[in-house]
Amino acid sequence: MLTIDQATYDAIVAHAKRDHPDEACGIVAGPEGSDRPERLVEMVNAAGSPTFYEFDSTELLALYKEMWANDEEPVVVYHSHTATEAYPSRTDIGLASEPNAHYVLVSTREHGNNEGPVEFRSYRIVDGEVTEEEVTVVPEPASNMRSTG
Amino acid sequence: MAIEVRIPTILRNYTDGEKAVSAEGATLSALIDDLEANHPGIRERLIENEDLRRFVNVYINDEDVRFIGGLEATLADGDQVVVLPAVAGG
Repeated sequence: MLTIDQATYDAIVAHAKRDHPDEACGIVAGPEGSDRPERLVEMVNAAGSPTFYEFDSTELLALYKEMWANDEEPVVVYHSHTATEAYPSRTDIGLASEPNAHYVLVSTREHGNNEGPVEFRSYRIVDGEVTEEEVTVVPEPASNMRSTG
Repeated sequence: MAIEVRIPTILRNYTDGEKAVSAEGATLSALIDDLEANHPGIRERLIENEDLRRFVNVYINDEDVRFIGGLEATLADGDQVVVLPAVAGG
């Protein structure tokens, strides 16, 4: 199951709507091993395409170095589909390379850049195997809900 | 000559879970052969048809090797190599 806070969820949806009809992409980093998506990083789709996305290689390295320095990992890897359903394509499955990440797919095919609901679904993709999982949206980031006492 | 190679999560099954390993080589090609000698199977994940795989990025001291000679890029003692799979899809 993916547990994600409302603000991060909304920001991913807004990014997908803004970049429509091109695919939007990015990650949500979180402390290593925590499974808590806490820090949204919108990435530029270097492919600038309605059917493909790719992080720029220089920005990819900068992103990972930042996460290593913070002891973070990509908890969520997200991208949008702009004309098809929010389900991993064959290319998505073939290139998925973060076995610990939640792969989030947002589809903007219904409303494009406009207001209106989107499909927001999450998957595990390991060794070419896709498993859909439940998405639970919580009001506050998980780190703020930990007991202090 | 020791060069530190940062290994991505998905290839750590070849390095007993190690995040970074030490390897040797005067070129990236030689370095990958040395990696293969100690971590059998890893070469095929990096190279296809005698070239770097399209969706694997390798950096030497933060430079994408595609801009500095690819597999023939040269290495010196103390260089840092990072392997990162592309984050991409359709």
